[in-house]
Amino acid sequence: MSVLAHLPAETPAQQTRRGHSRLLPYLLLLPGGLWLTVFFAVPAVQLAATSLYDPSGSLQEGYAMTWEFGNYADALSAYWPHFVRSLVYAGIATLLCLLLGYPLAYAIAQKATRFKNLMLVCVIAPFFTSFLVRTLAWKTILSDNGFVVGLLRDVGILGSDGRLLATSVAVVLGLTYNFLPFMVLPLYASLDRLDGRLLEAANDLYASPVRAFAKVTLPLSMPGVVAGTLLTFIPAAGDYINAELLGTPNQYMIGNVIDSAFLVRLDYPQAAALSFILMAIILAMVFVYVRRAGTDEVL
Amino acid sequence: MKLGRWLSDHWVMGAGVLVLAYLFLPIAVVVGLSFNEPSSRLSYDFNEFTLDNWTNPCGPGDMCDAVVRSVQIGFLATVVATALGTLMAFALVRHRFRGRGATNLLIFLPMATPEVVMGSSLLALFVAGGVPLGFWTVVIAHVMFCVSFVVVTVKARLSGLDGRLEEAAMDLYASELQTFRKVTLPLVFPGIVAAALLAFSLSFDDFIITNFNSGTTVTFPMYVWGAAQRGIPPQVNVIGTAMFLIALLLVLSTSVRRRRAA
Amino acid sequence: MTMAAENGDLRLVSLTKRFGIFTAVDDLSLTIPQGGFFALLGASGCGKTTTLRMVAGLEEPTSGKVQLGGRDISRLRPYKRPVNTVFQSYALFPHLDVFENVAFGLRRRGIGDIRAQVERMLALVQLEGYGKRRPAQLSGGQQQRVALARALINHPQVLLLDEPLGALDLKLRRQMQIELKRIQTEVGLTFVHVTHDQEEAMTMADTVAVMNAGRIEQLGAPAEIYEFPSTPFVANFLGQSNLLAGQVAGRSGDDILVSAYGSRFSVPAARCRAVDGDVYLGVRPEKLHLAPDSDSVPAGHQWVTGVVSDSSYVGVSTQYLVRTPWGTEVSAFASNAGVLAQVPLGAHVVAYWRPDHAFLLGREAGAGDATQPLLEPVP
Repeated sequence: MSVLAHLPAETPAQQTRRGHSRLLPYLLLLPGGLWLTVFFAVPAVQLAATSLYDPSGSLQEGYAMTWEFGNYADALSAYWPHFVRSLVYAGIATLLCLLLGYPLAYAIAQKATRFKNLMLVCVIAPFFTSFLVRTLAWKTILSDNGFVVGLLRDVGILGSDGRLLATSVAVVLGLTYNFLPFMVLPLYASLDRLDGRLLEAANDLYASPVRAFAKVTLPLSMPGVVAGTLLTFIPAAGDYINAELLGTPNQYMIGNVIDSAFLVRLDYPQAAALSFILMAIILAMVFVYVRRAGTDEVL
Repeated sequence: MKLGRWLSDHWVMGAGVLVLAYLFLPIAVVVGLSFNEPSSRLSYDFNEFTLDNWTNPCGPGDMCDAVVRSVQIGFLATVVATALGTLMAFALVRHRFRGRGATNLLIFLPMATPEVVMGSSLLALFVAGGVPLGFWTVVIAHVMFCVSFVVVTVKARLSGLDGRLEEAAMDLYASELQTFRKVTLPLVFPGIVAAALLAFSLSFDDFIITNFNSGTTVTFPMYVWGAAQRGIPPQVNVIGTAMFLIALLLVLSTSVRRRRAA
Repeated sequence: MTMAAENGDLRLVSLTKRFGIFTAVDDLSLTIPQGGFFALLGASGCGKTTTLRMVAGLEEPTSGKVQLGGRDISRLRPYKRPVNTVFQSYALFPHLDVFENVAFGLRRRGIGDIRAQVERMLALVQLEGYGKRRPAQLSGGQQQRVALARALINHPQVLLLDEPLGALDLKLRRQMQIELKRIQTEVGLTFVHVTHDQEEAMTMADTVAVMNAGRIEQLGAPAEIYEFPSTPFVANFLGQSNLLAGQVAGRSGDDILVSAYGSRFSVPAARCRAVDGDVYLGVRPEKLHLAPDSDSVPAGHQWVTGVVSDSSYVGVSTQYLVRTPWGTEVSAFASNAGVLAQVPLGAHVVAYWRPDHAFLLGREAGAGDATQPLLEPVP
């Protein structure tokens, strides 16, 4: 039935529901949609407005809407190093996640056979201990008198007073660790769907293992790579916990700045402008990246 | 020669196991520190073995209150987010309607927005609306960022469902409602359970958004954050270890049940 | 009307289904008598499955009616129809065991005390003791039988089978064909069977409808359709035919005279679907015999000459392709009843047939010979 397969086939359930009420899908969407609208979309619009308020106001006295586009310029000129640092840290962490996550996802999907479920559980389980507890554990692992630093000093990678904690390395390592499962799970999902016989066919057609990987496995797992990099990069770019716990103010990312602008300095217009710049940068990168990667199946 | 062959066959698995080891390294530290008698309040190093932390998990003042509060918030947020998200997933997979693109965008954006941005903008809303910050504002915030993940998870399960099974049920005298109860729901249920587990773990673990919207309410992550400045009581690691074990048991039991059902 | 109401015939009246601009089923009318084994035969996309789904209630007709025993059921929900379906690749409920799959329909209708009925049905399809298994633990053939039991237990007036044997291997398929036929005779209800496999349709059904592009090309008993197809499509979809392009040249008593490629042939008027203009002269390959020269052709036969261009030995027969002087290849199946010498490639032969084994079909002007398999383009 090749012709019919491409037509919009409807299940009888759909037909009746349509017959009974065209309103049903809207009723189903209403509670969730309303929740997202009121508590996500409206605040986002309000945030956009806040970012254009006159910064000389305060929470107590109220703000005046003066279409202050200067807020954006001020925010950028004051904090552009933090933006750059956030994007660089998140970029490196995402790349590391991809390099670490791909072999793991591939091993689970194609090699693990009866250990598949066990290995999947092992990927997820560590993440039920709290995010903060895990990150603090890294503080122990990387501490100056810990085993890792000792080893690196002995083999001469670190100088005799070299450190890991409170450096960019520690922050990137923490980001990589904390967002690795967000990379592994989508990669696993797309590699699991990969038919092993395709690789046999590629080998049969004179492709070396490396070429078979480059020409068959990698292109077919692209939706997973795209989804995984987005799910890793987005939270990593906005994170500030790793920079706070594993770094010093010299490693602060834009998240730290926004957090303190909102909660410590109470400079709402600037905090809002910073938030919007971050969101705009991330969304722009997402769209360019999805376009370039040539897949719309992000979700 | 034989070794080379073996290596080329198994290096992927070897690499995978090494990455898993990396994932477990901090967990081992957490488990280890849960048996530690720290030398000083600000020390993160292993000093001396003790069972005191396990026999007296609620030792440090408000920690257990914070854990209980996190569980309450996680439970409420999970129930609401799972219900709302599941309904939305059904609408998106089973119906054609106007406004589909806008709906998808509304679901996608919260996942693409950094938590600081979501947390801060929601705070601004609550402040502007004069809503007192506390337990309920945290629940509202958690539902908001969990819904999208529930929709995505349930949608995946639902669109993988063979539509002919529902046709077969109707052909076998099941009305629309019976078809839903006897066929659709049992088959989608594992997806809903997975979504609920995901929502709970996201909620229980959240710090950034909570920190903006909690007022004086303290959840477990917020307790840990506060303690990190003053010195972490070792009981925090007991809670971390216990959470890990509970999650492990839950995931294993659902996957066993799912295998039996498949 | 009262006549129709008394028996349980299934009638489709001007049934039409359109998907957008595509017409899947086009003004289809037919009557399937109660207790019959009816096959809808056609290629992918011909509308046979859509027709079946409209009978089941899984698809709403764009126009037309489905009547069962004189009652219009076309607007009834699937669960209100006394019709059950054996789905393509079965659609067994993966979360229920075999027993619950079979009991599903009874439970929905609130019938109590079902254990004995289910056990009896499992026995009928030879699956005693399999009640506790899950569908995933069964072989393809066993799943097929569960699907059959799950539908049959409801005693529907009509059982619809959508390519039910398509997923099985050849040997199992033959076995299940015999099994299905046995069960149908045993329970005596109407079977409507959709398939693209012409052999399956002919072995099992007592009436076959050949569908093409949403319409029925021909309907009748398998032997009737095979021996006297009504269109070139049927002639080459159900088995294969040598169709030679020609023109009617006149009539001689009960025979129609045909001229083709400079030769004269005749066909009894009773075996002609067309009696003037452009026609196809059709002969089935197994009715075409080979002789070394025209002198060896028995009396009363007609013939064409040619050169053997290909031969395939398939055990029960040898299939030859003979290239005619005008370039077409006709096929001839020689039964290997004796231990006969094979005709070598390149041999000059005469292919002959009895005039009353041939048939005449209408031909669109300009259409050339249609012989299967067509190995080379017709010049």
